Amino acid sequence: MGNKIEVSNLNFYYGKAQALYDISLAVPEREVVAFIGPSGCGKSTFLRTLNRMNDTIPSARVDGTVTIDGRNIYAPDTDVVSLRRRVGMVFQKSNPFPKSIFENVAYGIRINRIHQNKADLAERVEKALRDAALWDEVKDRLNESAYGISGGQQQRLCIARALAVQPDIILMDEPASALDPIATQKIEELVVELKNNYSIVIVTHNMQQAARVSDKTAFFMLGKLIEYNSTQKMFTSPDEKLTEDYITGRFG
Amino acid sequence: MLYICAGSVLAITLTMVVAMTQSSWLSIKEFGLGFLVGQVWDPVKGEFGALPFIWGTIASSVLALIIAVPLSVAVAIFLVEQAPRSLARPLGFLVELLAAIPSVVYGLWAIFVLAPLLRIYVQPFLQSLFGWLPLFQGTATGIGLLTGGVVLAIMITPIITAVTRDVLEAVPVTQREASLALGATRWETTKIVLSNASSGIAGAVILGLGRAIGETMAVTMVIGNRPQISASLFDPAYSIASVIANEFTEATGDLYISALTEMGLILFIVTFVVTGLAKLLIMSVANRNLPQN
Repeated sequence: MGNKIEVSNLNFYYGKAQALYDISLAVPEREVVAFIGPSGCGKSTFLRTLNRMNDTIPSARVDGTVTIDGRNIYAPDTDVVSLRRRVGMVFQKSNPFPKSIFENVAYGIRINRIHQNKADLAERVEKALRDAALWDEVKDRLNESAYGISGGQQQRLCIARALAVQPDIILMDEPASALDPIATQKIEELVVELKNNYSIVIVTHNMQQAARVSDKTAFFMLGKLIEYNSTQKMFTSPDEKLTEDYITGRFG
Repeated sequence: MLYICAGSVLAITLTMVVAMTQSSWLSIKEFGLGFLVGQVWDPVKGEFGALPFIWGTIASSVLALIIAVPLSVAVAIFLVEQAPRSLARPLGFLVELLAAIPSVVYGLWAIFVLAPLLRIYVQPFLQSLFGWLPLFQGTATGIGLLTGGVVLAIMITPIITAVTRDVLEAVPVTQREASLALGATRWETTKIVLSNASSGIAGAVILGLGRAIGETMAVTMVIGNRPQISASLFDPAYSIASVIANEFTEATGDLYISALTEMGLILFIVTFVVTGLAKLLIMSVANRNLPQN
């Protein structure tokens, strides 16, 4: 399978402080790539360069290229709004909008004018909720506030919201770190399920999680990509001593 | 200890109500509920009615809100969502500074700058466009309800802006990012921020309304101080706070003083009722989907 995302020689700066050093890696189509590493290693920053979410930080600066489907997303003529529609994102803390469950999922469909009519909108909302394995739990309370459901359900709602705009890629920034083990398990099952249709990049602090859900794993430290290999290899016989030390819990 | 502090608020309120009721008892006994609907204010004949003042107070405050709320919210959105930091800081400071200017200064400025401006440019313009509406008929003198409302609007804009700005800034960045990540434009994202901030903005508006109702000096200087109820915004009017400020020192006779005190009591009640109604209105249209803390 081809590569969905290709990053080459990416450097990233917050003002004068460099946060990422010369990163190159490729995310294959319809696979799950996990980013692991100690706090502050740059994995979240790197994730956010993939949908240009760092643009919102005034002092942020990027050099190098990130291509998605062969196009450099940092080219001057890139339409960031449509880029972000194609690269969905799920955040560490669930962040539903102060709207009903239905309207949360409908939001992205509405603003991007994906639907043809009301019935189509309802259908798309249902499909997104089903794909996020949430439909059965919320189908009778679609018009209630999104804050009335549990934390784990809210996070799956946020995934449904991201799926509803039909992205090709989903970026997940520690999506289960605020959830209990059962809710976490549901999210993990969902990630594996979603792999059939999407390319997924997931940042996680939980190494077992990375081992369970991902096909490839990248290990970051101090803004550098230390090792990038198949998950199997990373967790059994990594090439780098640092990776082994981190995975076996010798530091971090 | 904290109970005592909290209780003191209640005690002060009660003491005020009791004291004011007591000293206005003469007038309450004399006019009864008729005081509220009486339209004549004639100290010489000893005839007192509060309706024109109640009208002037509410009309000028509502007018002020109609002008100030959209302006304030727009300025706050600009400061938080659009302006570069180098501009937002000094501009935000300026807004806070405006909120601290004494009202008598606003009043003077209104007499010498705002009133002529309205008389020469704004009122003829409004009349030429909407002259068929009773609201904009009459002589454009520059002194009257419209000028009172506009100066109030200018006075409450800084407060509403400052509070709204703080409320918008308090909206979690994750809400903005969630919207942007779905391919929303800046304006679409701003709407999400506003829906998060709706109850806080409502609070800002009530704060502004409270100040508008009780404002005395600036209004007194430009509203025209004539107790009448007119459909035209150009005609002079009178507010409760203004009549108390203007006439209390010169009031002769117990009934006159008592009637003025009753005006104070009414201002108290009007403030109470209007802010209460505003809160009810806001609760009925409030965003029921906000997280409940």
